[in-house]
Amino acid sequence: MSRLVARFDVRYPSFHLSVDLDLPASGITVLFGPSGSGKTTLLRCLAGLERASDGFMQFGNDVWQDEAQGVCLPLYTRPIGYVFQEPRLFPHYNVRSNLLYGYKRIPSEERHISIEQVVNILGIEHLLERRIHKLSGGEQQRVAIGRALLTSPKLLLLDEPLTSLDIQRKQEILPFIHRLHEELHIPVIYVSHAISEILQLADRVVLLKQGKLVGAGALNEVLTSLEFRGNFGSLRVGAVLDANVASHEPQYGLTQLEFKGQFLFVPLQSVAIGQPVRVHILSSDVSLVVGRTNSPTSVLNILEATIIEIREKDQSSVDVLLDIGAPLVASITRKSLANLGLKSDQRVFAHIKAVALNEELTE
Amino acid sequence: MTEMDLSALWVTLRLAAMTVVVLMIVGTPLAWWLAHTRSRFRPIVEALVALPIVLPPTVLGFYILVALGPYGPLGRLTNITLAFTFTGLVIASVFYSMPFVIQPLQGAFEAAGKAPLEAAWSLRASKCDAFLTVISPIALRGYLSAVVLGFAHTMGEFGVVLMVGGSIPGQTRVLSTTIFEHVEVMEYAQAHAISAFLLTFSFLVLLGVYVANRRFPIHVS
Repeated sequence: MSRLVARFDVRYPSFHLSVDLDLPASGITVLFGPSGSGKTTLLRCLAGLERASDGFMQFGNDVWQDEAQGVCLPLYTRPIGYVFQEPRLFPHYNVRSNLLYGYKRIPSEERHISIEQVVNILGIEHLLERRIHKLSGGEQQRVAIGRALLTSPKLLLLDEPLTSLDIQRKQEILPFIHRLHEELHIPVIYVSHAISEILQLADRVVLLKQGKLVGAGALNEVLTSLEFRGNFGSLRVGAVLDANVASHEPQYGLTQLEFKGQFLFVPLQSVAIGQPVRVHILSSDVSLVVGRTNSPTSVLNILEATIIEIREKDQSSVDVLLDIGAPLVASITRKSLANLGLKSDQRVFAHIKAVALNEELTE
Repeated sequence: MTEMDLSALWVTLRLAAMTVVVLMIVGTPLAWWLAHTRSRFRPIVEALVALPIVLPPTVLGFYILVALGPYGPLGRLTNITLAFTFTGLVIASVFYSMPFVIQPLQGAFEAAGKAPLEAAWSLRASKCDAFLTVISPIALRGYLSAVVLGFAHTMGEFGVVLMVGGSIPGQTRVLSTTIFEHVEVMEYAQAHAISAFLLTFSFLVLLGVYVANRRFPIHVS
C-alpha cells in the first residue's frame, strides 16, 4: 500500500507548525482541529504553496519535497487537485472553460477522468455555458471541485470547501465528495473543523492543535479514544459504525442493520438490503446493564459488550470504553459506576436509546 | 494645420506610442513586484515611481538632460549623446509617464491577488502561463487604464520635452511645444487649433477610461 509521508517545520511570526505525518495514500483523511490549529497551513505545505525550509514530502514513490537535497517541486508540476475555501473560479471564463482549464494542460494519456464523468457526478450539466457570477455558492464550489478533478489528480486536497455554504448546500455537496471518492478512487485529504463532516466523510482523522499533531488514526478509533474525545467539542460521539442493511420492517417503520453479528434498529431507510449505511451513536445515548435482566424493556437496541477502560470525564460522569466488535463509548454517571461496580473486562449489555444516520446529523 | 504642425503631431504620436510600449515591458514586472513584494525597499521604489507627479517637469528634464548629455555617465561611457534626439525624448518620457502606468497596473494586480494565481498553478499552469491566461485578463482594466493614461500623459508633456528635446522640427518638436512657439510669434489661431485638439482629445480619453472602468465586461469565453 502506498503511503504519504510528510515532515514540516515552519515558523511564522505568531505560529509554529511542526508535523510528522505517515498516512496510507487512500480513502478520505480529515485534518481536524479548531481554527488556528494549522490545518490550512499544513494543506498548503502538502501542496507546495508554503515552503517549509526543512520540509520533506513523499507520495507513494515520488518525492515532492526534500529540502536536504534542495528539492521542492512547484505546485503546477505535482499531480494534485486543490479545492480552496472559496471557489476561486476564473471570472473571465464560463463554467465549461473553467472546467477545461486544467484538463487542457495535462497530456492526453494522463486524462483518466472524463468531462462527462465529472459533469455527471457533480450534476452540473445545465451550468456548462453559464458565467461564473450567475452561479450560487454551492454551484461554484461544485465547479471548483470538477475543475480540480479534471486534472486527473493522484491526490485531492480539499480545504474546508463547504465553509462558505449554508447547511442545505453542504448537504447538497457532501454526497458528491463521497461519490467522487468511491467512483474515482482518488485519495482525499480534507480539512475541516465541523464534526458533522468528519462523521459523514472520514475514513481516517488527523487531529491538529496549535500546529502540532495530537493524534491520528481510523475514524472510529480516534472518535472513541478516551484520550482524544475532548477535542471534538460538545458533541460526544460514542461510535461510528459502518453497518449493512439486514431487513426492513415497514409495518413498524423500521430498518434492521447488521454489524459484526449484532443488530441495530433504525428508522425505515430507503436503502437496499445488503447495502452499507454509516450510523453514529452519542455516548450519552448509551446506558449499561449488568447481566440480561428478565424484565422486558422498551429499548430495541441491546448490544453485548465488554468493558475495556473506564476514565473520569468530570465531577459527575465517566466515559466507559466498550468493545462491541468495534469501540463504543458510554457516558454514565459516577454514581451508576459505583452502584454497578463496573470494572475492566466485565461483560455488560449496552442499551442504545438512539441511533443517528448521517443525513440527520447537524450541529 | 500647417505641415509643421502635422509633423509635430506625427512626432507626438510616435513618442507616445513608443513610451507606452517601453513602459508596458518595463512596468509590468515592476508593478507586479510592487504589488506582491514584502521587501522593505518597496516604499522607496514607490516614492521614486511617483516622483514625476509632484516634481516640476523642468527638474526631471534637467537631470535627464545632464545624464544623457555628452558629459553625462552614458555620454562618457559610449560617446553617444542622446540629448536633443528622439531616443532621448523617449527615455525622458518613460520616466515622466511612469507613475501613470505603474499605479493602475499595481492596483489591478493587488486587486487580483494571489488567489487566482494559486488556483491556476493547482491546475498545472506554469507561472508564466498563469500570469498570461488568468492574471492578465483579470487585470485587463488596469492595463487599459495604464495604456490610455500613459499615452495621453505623454502627449501632454511640455517641460521635460523642452528641456531634453529642445524643439527640433521633425525630430523632437511635439504638439505642446508647437503651441508654445505659435504663441511666441503671436499665431493665436494655430495655437488655438492645436490646443483645442489636445483639450478634446484628453477629455475624450479620460471619459473613455472612466466609462470603461464602470462597465467593461471582461470575458474571454
